[in-house]
Amino acid sequence: MEFLFDLTANGLLVGLMYSLVALGFVLIYKATSVINFAQGDLLMFAGYAAAVMTGGHGMPLWAMVLVLCAGMVLLGFVLERGILRPMVGQPVVSVIMVTIGLSFVLQGLVTIIWGASTRELALPVRFEPYIVGPVYISPINLVAAVIAILFLIGFGVFFTRSRLGVAMRAVADDQQASMVVGIKVPRVFALSWAIAGLAAAAGGIIWGNQIGVDTFLALVGLKVFPVVILGGLDSIGGAIIGGLLMGVIESLAAGYLDPLVGGGTKDFIPYVLMILVLFIRPYGFFGHETIERV
Amino acid sequence: MISRESGVFQTSYEGDMALYTLPLARNTTRVVVALLVLLPIPLMMANNEHLMSIVTTIALAAIGAIGLNILVGYTGQISIGQGAFMMVGGYTAAILSSRYGMPFWFGILAGGCTTALVGTLFGIPSLRIKGLYLAIATLAAQLIIEWVINHVPWISGGAQSSIYVDNPELFGFEFNTEFRRYYLVLVVFLLAFFGAQNLVRGRIGRAFIAIRDRDIAAEIIGVNLFRYKLLAFAISSFYAGVAGALWTYYLRIANYENFILVVSIEYLAMIIIGGLGSVLGAVFGAIFIKLFPIALDLTVVSVSEGVFGIPYQDVANFLANMQLFLFGALIIFFLTVEPEGLARMWEHVKRYFRLWPYSY
Repeated sequence: MEFLFDLTANGLLVGLMYSLVALGFVLIYKATSVINFAQGDLLMFAGYAAAVMTGGHGMPLWAMVLVLCAGMVLLGFVLERGILRPMVGQPVVSVIMVTIGLSFVLQGLVTIIWGASTRELALPVRFEPYIVGPVYISPINLVAAVIAILFLIGFGVFFTRSRLGVAMRAVADDQQASMVVGIKVPRVFALSWAIAGLAAAAGGIIWGNQIGVDTFLALVGLKVFPVVILGGLDSIGGAIIGGLLMGVIESLAAGYLDPLVGGGTKDFIPYVLMILVLFIRPYGFFGHETIERV
Repeated sequence: MISRESGVFQTSYEGDMALYTLPLARNTTRVVVALLVLLPIPLMMANNEHLMSIVTTIALAAIGAIGLNILVGYTGQISIGQGAFMMVGGYTAAILSSRYGMPFWFGILAGGCTTALVGTLFGIPSLRIKGLYLAIATLAAQLIIEWVINHVPWISGGAQSSIYVDNPELFGFEFNTEFRRYYLVLVVFLLAFFGAQNLVRGRIGRAFIAIRDRDIAAEIIGVNLFRYKLLAFAISSFYAGVAGALWTYYLRIANYENFILVVSIEYLAMIIIGGLGSVLGAVFGAIFIKLFPIALDLTVVSVSEGVFGIPYQDVANFLANMQLFLFGALIIFFLTVEPEGLARMWEHVKRYFRLWPYSY
């Protein structure tokens, strides 16, 4: 019972970290209907940049976060303008492929510039876990959870209160109609990529600290697919709940199933679950079901 | 006959529907096939096994790419699982041949059929979902198949999930040299190429294209979506399975590393760079993607050694990353600059030279 409790609690915390990455995903999909297969690589890029800035140059943490956020926002703008804008009106497979191409470019670039060896990304956070009853909670997970929750609240307010946020929701709903009422759609596209860059920066710092910074960091991006499918590709709330659920499922699978089959179920169960969800409820639990007409 | 026409002037329906509307095209095809058949002779005389293996690899890749293009380019159903489907074919063939002593032709057919079955299974979600969701579903298929083949001892067999097979043999003729194996691959490639050409021009192909352009509209005019979508998955996976089985017999080993996620993406890159919805484009793409790293290797190594005097082992690491970088950059370049790929460029060239030198 205690084991179950421990696994669930840790699963929830890891799940929040998944939610954070999923957020960048969902944002881009909501506003631009593009699935960004390079979200994991953006995250890796941010992680590398963060590790280089704090490690080699000894930059203080606040400066690093500032520079990183500014840089990732800029990168988001550039990517949107340079490679996503020409893709408007192209078939879905081309759009997917262009982001996959981007992921290769980022991976190649990162290793050419900074090398492939694993770097540490140290954060001034206590290493020893807090012990709450039977549950061990590592502080960095808590920090991640707080950042994720802050992000989520921020986005919630942004989307419901601010003019720009409402414009983004309008674009997500119907691009042509929002153009008609005077929303600058290209600007909204650029903005959503900038925000995704920001989410990647946050994810890069946290995940980089957790598992070390190397090209494997990009694999976090693959982990996010089950999360967003479970929650629904266009639902921010779904991304959060999907992330939490996936974190718990992974953690339970690793705890209970791994000893039976000899490990590795963590990389397997989420995808099986995802296929099942796609069979039963293709638009996720909170996603928006589209009705098609000819 | 190398005379050119200034246009297509058909006087009968049959003429208009013919596979080759011009005699020149028919002759070109014959010449190309003849060249492909005769190619090993000069190579054999030069004893250049390396070059032969490159050509064989391209032909092998082209089979998989044609299959993927039937699904993605013609039917519009995205699949990021081609590598995994090839893996199913490869392991089926390896298990049949190494454990049950089946001949290679049976292994290839069985590999194709098993993969068609698996592909159809993973194609079922395509009836309810499309576009991005389908892309993710096939990505899951890739990861699940990879995991299962790696983790089920009965399938993965030997160490590092590799199964060795013997040289394929037909009526006592053993495909034991690079040149002999080339013919094995060439025959399958030609069957696959002309099979696909004819498939996409017929009733089935028309149905596929209708589904790609607007599936709901296609359903209204009487295309059975359920049947044709699954058929597209089955045919595409059959091609993948055959290609995977051939890989196994060609390398004489089934190893999952030949079919990982990156390979699936490589195949997608082939058909996108070659041209979506074009059988010839898939072949162009396979040639391009397979030759590109080789060409890059040669240039980088010669430049670094010749110009900067850096030995090979120092640039090897840089080279691998450069390859990754340029591979991605090329995909982006083609998508943004020439979305219809090499097949369209080839059309441009042909159109230009059709009336050359008296173009008007």
